[in-house]
Amino acid sequence: MPKQVKLAAHFPGVNNTTVWSDPRSGSQIDFSSFEHLARTAERGKFDFLFLAEGLRLREHAGKILDSDVVGRPNTTTVLAALSAVTTRLGLAGTLSSTFNEPYEVARQVASIDHPSGGRAAWNVVTSPDGWTGQNFRRGGFLKREDRYRRAEEFLATVRELWNSWAPDAVVGDKENGVFARGIERFVHSGAQFDIRGEFTVPRTPQGQPIVIQAGDSDEGREFAAKTADVIFSRHGSLESGKEFFADVKRRLPAHGREPGELLIMPAATFVLGDTEEDAHEYAREIRYQQVRPETAIQFLEQVWSRDLSAYDADGPLPEVDPDPDAEPLTWGRVRHEKDPLAVAAKWRAIAEEKKLSIRELVIEVTARQQFVGTARQVAESIDEYVQNDAADGFVLVPHLTPTGLDAFVDDVVPHLRELGVFRTDYSGDTLREHLFSR
Amino acid sequence: MGSAQQLHLGVALDGAGQHPAAWRVSAVRPAALFTAAHYLAHAKLAEAASLDFVTLDDTLGLQPGGEEVVRGRLDALLTFAAIAPVTSGIGLIPMVTTTHTEPFHISTAVASLDFASRGRAGVLAVPSRTEAEVTHFGRRTLPSEVDAEAENAEVVDVIARLWDSWEDGAIIRDEPSGRFIDREKLHYVDFEGRFFSVKGPSITPRPPQGRPVVAVHGDSPYAHGADVVLVDEVRGARERFPGAKLLAGLSIVLAETEQAAIDRRRALEAYAPFPSGGLSFTGTPADLATELPRLADAGGLDGFHLRPAVLPDDLALFTAETVPALQTAGVFRPAYTGTTLRDHLGLGVAANKYAEA
Repeated sequence: MPKQVKLAAHFPGVNNTTVWSDPRSGSQIDFSSFEHLARTAERGKFDFLFLAEGLRLREHAGKILDSDVVGRPNTTTVLAALSAVTTRLGLAGTLSSTFNEPYEVARQVASIDHPSGGRAAWNVVTSPDGWTGQNFRRGGFLKREDRYRRAEEFLATVRELWNSWAPDAVVGDKENGVFARGIERFVHSGAQFDIRGEFTVPRTPQGQPIVIQAGDSDEGREFAAKTADVIFSRHGSLESGKEFFADVKRRLPAHGREPGELLIMPAATFVLGDTEEDAHEYAREIRYQQVRPETAIQFLEQVWSRDLSAYDADGPLPEVDPDPDAEPLTWGRVRHEKDPLAVAAKWRAIAEEKKLSIRELVIEVTARQQFVGTARQVAESIDEYVQNDAADGFVLVPHLTPTGLDAFVDDVVPHLRELGVFRTDYSGDTLREHLFSR
Repeated sequence: MGSAQQLHLGVALDGAGQHPAAWRVSAVRPAALFTAAHYLAHAKLAEAASLDFVTLDDTLGLQPGGEEVVRGRLDALLTFAAIAPVTSGIGLIPMVTTTHTEPFHISTAVASLDFASRGRAGVLAVPSRTEAEVTHFGRRTLPSEVDAEAENAEVVDVIARLWDSWEDGAIIRDEPSGRFIDREKLHYVDFEGRFFSVKGPSITPRPPQGRPVVAVHGDSPYAHGADVVLVDEVRGARERFPGAKLLAGLSIVLAETEQAAIDRRRALEAYAPFPSGGLSFTGTPADLATELPRLADAGGLDGFHLRPAVLPDDLALFTAETVPALQTAGVFRPAYTGTTLRDHLGLGVAANKYAEA
């Protein structure tokens, strides 16, 4: 049997990838949207649904960013609610190890794993910034080098809590009056956490809920290799995907793990068309919806660290150079480039060569859709990545809420099945079984 | 229906019932206490009788006691989230601990429960009072009761500010101007309290009820009021919380005859005494229906927070027999008249403190 593809559905995010100006774009906050995406993913027999998290609204030039989708619900609450309307789909969410404590994260993830019958997953992230910390009593500024130290000890502590109840602790012997027995006390004494006591949640259906990690740095890869079940990445091309895959998998034996124990799932966008030309034409339209004139200017300002609002997005790049010493204008968005002057020079060269306006340039230099084509072509591309060890599967990011995955499930999934690389039905009940049973 | 006072009725869905040995005599499978199905079944019983809400206790530590009592529980808010999409009328008020937790997370979690339930969420905000919970977090010492209650009030204040930090209608999706939101309708809360500070605005838009219902326990002499106040000590409570919906805790042991109810009570007491505190009633469902309006009148109460001794037994008898008798007497709604928990409780539309009048 060829290597099987893993698939996850990313609820469209609060960024410019998510197109809100399309008439089909629905609510990013109503539960019915989450339910629709979850039911669609489950209909397609996906491994899991994934919710990202951001704990402060993004700001640009001192104001709340208003041009992208803004606002989302609490991650764990939505996942627990989705357990009521799905039966097999894995339910994954991001929870910060900076703005939470191990006891509550362990409880929350366990409290999703129980009612869902073993379908919970936690994406461990570290949040370094004091800016987000202003929403939290603990503040939360962490030095860069302490982020993974805290995350690693955080995860280890959470697992100690998950393990603290014996698997058969809930006896439920009515006649002899023994409800539970074998609830072990936990003691964790480390540099980051010094806690002890008793955990409140019995061992969960998965025992160990799935742990995801999403860091691309060397530390992030090492952390994942040591301890995660799934690693998210952002490697668009086949070649860079293969490099990342090989690099991460080769780290596993040092931690006593088999290469198959960590799954590599890059995020990927997709555009489908009846013909290849249609798909490319539609992809182009979507890029213009994603990069609106004001989005393009903001994107430039992010690199320039200057007010460029007077510039026309359909005109040429500003002659003025970025201000390399200025405070960042944008907060809460991933910063892509480190040396603004070099970036500006590179972009100027591209714009000149291809005669691009600001908007066209931003469309050119920011991430385009990964898989564009007919349903068959997209299925074949995905298969190619997986069979060539550039990925174990993909986290698909639709550009429309909540119907953006419908066509993928209806049209691409059948082709993946025809290729013999994707399940026709779930063979297990838990997310761990979906991901790791052969 | 006349002008008789309308009662508000909530039910505690803790464990297999209020009595420590309830799990031994109940038909409920012990392991079911860690599933959503158990809570769903009981919430549906309450919903079929158009009760106002159900509650679920929670702490960040294990229940005290030995092998013979229920120990362990799931996060209450997430448990209610797991039944929210598959219930349609009942209000959902999970207990949330305010001492070791982040007010920002509490606010978004309750707002999200309100979205998932389409306007039926509340929160019972309770400070932690145990050393055990302190050692589970390891970040602070146990606050005094007066400070814990003051902090609880601060949390209650700031979570509502965060709900209000998005005005209704802030999402405009205005294509010509390229604006998804009207940022003038989003507000930094800039809360600086004695115990913490929060910048805001919330990451979550204002939920369907505007402000989900906030409940507190009122028995501490230092307790601050909220929309709903639950008390065990009825005396003096009305004066202390003049504007709140005041509900008294009431444990119930029901049976078809008074003697049978007394026998049930004795059988339970042979295992262990009932927990102390609050009102209690042992008797027939019909007698309870006669008793409730009288008790409410005497105590200046808006209703009761029922604690069935054994689930589903006492809840099933209450909904099957007591509720119809209350409806016949014209003191309880024959069916839901609104869709939100605020509607059920008659709380009216929640004004937004940041919106211009």
